[in-house]
Amino acid sequence: MKRLFLSAVTLLSLWAVATFIALPTSAQAKEIKIGAIIAETGKAAFLGVPEARTLRMLTDEINAQGGVAGNTIKLILKDSGGSPEKAVSFAKQLIEEEKVFAILGPSRSGCTMAIKDLCDKSGTILISCASTKAIVDPVAKHVFKTPQNDSLAVEMIFREMNKKGISKIAVAAGGTGFGKMGKKFLNEMAPQFGITVLENEVYDPGATDLSSLVTKLMANKDVQAVVNWSIVPAQTILAKNMRQAGWDVPLFLSHGFGNIKYVELGGAAVEGVFFPAGRLLVADSLPEDHPQKAVLVKYSMDYQSKFNNDPVSTFGGHAYDAIMILAKGIEAAGKVDTAMVVNAIENLTFVGTGGVFTFSPTDHSGLKLDAFEMLTVKDGKFALAH
Amino acid sequence: MNPDLFFQYLLAGVTYGFLYAIVAIGFNIIYNTTGIINFAQGEFVMLGGMFAISLNNVLPLPLAIAAAVALTMIIGALLEVIFIRWLKSPSVLRMIIITIGLSIIIRELALHFWGETVYSLPYFIGNELSTITILGAKVSPQVLWVIGVSTIMVTALSLFFRFTSIGQQMRACSSNRLAAQLCGINAKNMVTFSFMLSAGIGALAGCVISPITYTQYDIGPGLAIKGFTVAILGGLGNSMAAVIAGLLLGLIESFSITVIPLAFQEAVSISILLLILFVRPHGLFGRSETASLKEF
Repeated sequence: MKRLFLSAVTLLSLWAVATFIALPTSAQAKEIKIGAIIAETGKAAFLGVPEARTLRMLTDEINAQGGVAGNTIKLILKDSGGSPEKAVSFAKQLIEEEKVFAILGPSRSGCTMAIKDLCDKSGTILISCASTKAIVDPVAKHVFKTPQNDSLAVEMIFREMNKKGISKIAVAAGGTGFGKMGKKFLNEMAPQFGITVLENEVYDPGATDLSSLVTKLMANKDVQAVVNWSIVPAQTILAKNMRQAGWDVPLFLSHGFGNIKYVELGGAAVEGVFFPAGRLLVADSLPEDHPQKAVLVKYSMDYQSKFNNDPVSTFGGHAYDAIMILAKGIEAAGKVDTAMVVNAIENLTFVGTGGVFTFSPTDHSGLKLDAFEMLTVKDGKFALAH
Repeated sequence: MNPDLFFQYLLAGVTYGFLYAIVAIGFNIIYNTTGIINFAQGEFVMLGGMFAISLNNVLPLPLAIAAAVALTMIIGALLEVIFIRWLKSPSVLRMIIITIGLSIIIRELALHFWGETVYSLPYFIGNELSTITILGAKVSPQVLWVIGVSTIMVTALSLFFRFTSIGQQMRACSSNRLAAQLCGINAKNMVTFSFMLSAGIGALAGCVISPITYTQYDIGPGLAIKGFTVAILGGLGNSMAAVIAGLLLGLIESFSITVIPLAFQEAVSISILLLILFVRPHGLFGRSETASLKEF
């Protein structure tokens, strides 16, 4: 008898759970589930935090204006901690259990590469906030990205070097997916610009002191400039150690330097460094008629007023571009249908924070060299280098 | 290699070396009174740096550092009183699990309070650009602070253990706990005291290195591994040997970059740890007979 009673209770509770969980979904049929995998904690938190904030802010803003094509957005944000393993398991969870329409992020190149095939094969649109060119080359039908290609950043740096008459360089890269890809492009593209890479080093992303690395690079008297390709805080340690060792060759950083927090960490040591970045960091110094001016100023103002004057970073901008491109794509398609939205994005021209995006079936990055400006650090602030 | 470069590597190695040695000494102090390895030692270094950074917002730097060291010492004492003192002759395994647990809790709490962000104390003298030239090598003045403070700390500790009553009592407990208790020494208080002491030196080291290495909630385990390597290398329980072993490891790491890529630097120190555990588990300066009498 007791057993029977127990089984009945079990069955009843199972039924209740099934019914009541099912209820809300049927009540809100017009909701698009969008997943996001962001490194809100971990070594890449300088990227992830502004990205997660931006995604939440934009979701609220879009929903307040009535959603996209009549659907409200439900954002399911997962913190990958910057780990590719977590990114993969969250991606599976989002695709298989949550059945999301699209995934935004991940923040890091390594994490994005880990889930690229997974998303493409399952027909889930992925708009990455990570930079490496390998994400969109070769093109995967469902995979897009918003940051400028790292190969473009390399080209910007080499052009600047050509102008300055620098031809012999040392490369130091952080030991992350981003760092390794950057190192690869720097080495591959250098000959096209008549530049020789004399030294190549990879440092631990958690490195606490790089003075022995600096000593080794310095020992090569032919080195005219250093390129430091990294997204982790250790990139400023390299800058400090260089200046402390009294080595004052020009230092070039990647677009992974675009968070003012890195400038605060590096202090006087990062004054006068060069790095390519989108125009978001220097929105105020742009001429009024610049096509991006309005977007950049609005996003900066919104972000700063919402997050007690925390300055914007390019990374938050990448997240802005990602969610906006998805929203524009759905609007243009007029329907929440994967094939139609992919097609719409491929024909989209969108003025974003990273530049003016022009996607095509063969170009899922959409940005050209003109998306970059060469920036520098002046009195603890980002400034145009020219 | 020309002499300038040699000194440049040498100074870098000595800086790391002293840091590792201080963490190792923290291990040793607690090991001597309790016979266990406190795996939360790296967290004391992190806490010292973090407290000093937060307090520096309201206090001048020297006061902030003093207060941070005091706070970390209190935390060290509290940990011992709450989690370890009431255990009756706990097994080594149990103590290891407790201290690993504590290190995880401290780390998670630090993540909660300070978040992910990387912080650093300002340079004690000058800024990121100041350099001084020693024997043709250029280094930040902070490096001298690290070396100076560490040297003073090591000397003061050895004087303390040799000449003060509490220091002698602690040594008595480590040689023979039962005999010490029979002589009227409160062994439990000595254990609490050893936690305070190693928390204190860890915290001070955490403050001095913060401008160079930055402080983040998760720097503890990395330091603990290096400190552990050095403690084993020197022979567990021997603080003076830890200094020599620390310098040795620091110099090996620093000079290793001239022959193998930097990416393998961590592998070098881990290999040394494994090698020493297999070949000479009693350390470079320990005696195997003494080691065989120890439980751990």
